[in-house]
Amino acid sequence: MESQKTSSVKIRIPTPLRSYTNDQSTVAVGGATVEEALQSLTQAYPALEPHLYHENGELRSFVNIYLGDDDIRYLNGPDTELPDDAELSIVPSIAGG
Amino acid sequence: MTSVVVAFTGGAVVLWGLGRNLLTVNVLSPLSLPGRGFFSYQVFATMSTLHVAGAKQSRSLDSSVLSAIGRTPLLRLQCAEPGPGARVRVFGKAEFMNPGGSVKDRPALRIVKEGIESGRFDPNRHVLIDATSGNTGIAYAMLGAAMSFTVELAIPANASSERKRLLRSLGATLHLTDPLEGTDGAQAKVRNLVAKSNGQYFYPDQYNNEANWRSHFETTGPEILQQTNGEITHFITGLGTTGTFMGVSRYLQQFDDSIARVAMQPDSPLHGLEGLKHMATARVPGIYDADIATDQVVISTSDAYAMTRRMAREEGLMVGPSAGANVAAAARLARSIDVGTVVTILCDTGSRYLSDSFWDEPESATHVQSTPD
Ligand SMILES: Cc1ncc(COP(=O)(O)O)c(C=O)c1O
Repeated sequence: MESQKTSSVKIRIPTPLRSYTNDQSTVAVGGATVEEALQSLTQAYPALEPHLYHENGELRSFVNIYLGDDDIRYLNGPDTELPDDAELSIVPSIAGG
Repeated sequence: MTSVVVAFTGGAVVLWGLGRNLLTVNVLSPLSLPGRGFFSYQVFATMSTLHVAGAKQSRSLDSSVLSAIGRTPLLRLQCAEPGPGARVRVFGKAEFMNPGGSVKDRPALRIVKEGIESGRFDPNRHVLIDATSGNTGIAYAMLGAAMSFTVELAIPANASSERKRLLRSLGATLHLTDPLEGTDGAQAKVRNLVAKSNGQYFYPDQYNNEANWRSHFETTGPEILQQTNGEITHFITGLGTTGTFMGVSRYLQQFDDSIARVAMQPDSPLHGLEGLKHMATARVPGIYDADIATDQVVISTSDAYAMTRRMAREEGLMVGPSAGANVAAAARLARSIDVGTVVTILCDTGSRYLSDSFWDEPESATHVQSTPD
């Protein structure tokens, strides 16, 4: 199978996770799909992994990932393909009050 | 027409439909534990006898929605008890039965009342503004409608559509903030708006307002003590603004310092427990004092979701995930003791989360018991 092209992707990190990304609010990675982009993120910052993934390697069901304004649950999930210059956001649930 | 349903829950009779006060009738009779002797307390001093002096239209609030806040039932939660023969009971304070659908009606009412009494808040002149994850905002908006004052709220844009629609239906104006910044970002937005304003705002700041925990010190705590006939041995609840935990715990501590006061948090900064804070990665509310807690525990989102579903299917109680987390934590605590009366909070109604997908998740082997202690 022909290998897919790798897009450059910007991932926006929510405030509660920034202590795992050296306080960076965005991280630039490569990947053809949401899954690949998240994999390169957790390779760069391994401490993030248990917060995003189960031990069995599945994305935790309550982790909200948006491609632009769209929840990937309503696209193609982790297999959603990424255009070049895609922007992914990890959106936390709303805490307190 | 009032229909009366008589339900038998573990030997106690609960009359349903005759008004809230009756719901609290001795749900606790069954098990007899080492008591603390005769207990009496004037609990039901209501905060609803508040008149808005000089309001646009002068209205009596005596029988308004304000009078329906508090005095919630205490419900036995058998799904959280260790099982037959165990001498441990678990109860949930049904805060979802407040008119605004959550535990936040109490602090919102007290915050507004103290604001008016101190002269900081003139409902005719000021706009009430605060940051919220939804429930406090719904409570403020409800009070604003009933008491004729204007409400503006900063809320992360990813709040559920149910919440945003509720808020707007109650007449509030919303400032939607960056979802990635959470309620910390919403707080920053409010501070910004207030700094640039020319005095039109009353900014009570629920995270740093003593009236928040005092509302629970004066109502929720005494109600729990009375409803357990003073037999409560453990109080456990999750931390958001921490008002519920601080107020109830301080009240119980003052009554009997040996009552355990357990604070619960999500186990990860990225969690699905709306309303709860992971303190290590959040702006810690000014009203929080960790020393009040006798113990700290964490709950995973998957255990909380599983318990939220069980509450619906086994108890007929539609509550939100933070209530599910509370009950999961209470169940774990109940399994670790031989004798006791454990009380937790059922923070808000599950109808606020109907669009969430966790309701449909299949039950897996990772049940509540799976959480490591
Ligand atoms: C759904 C829900 N659960 C729990 C809490 C926590 O309560 P507290 O703010 O008193 O700590 C809140 C607070 O907003 C909430 O909205």
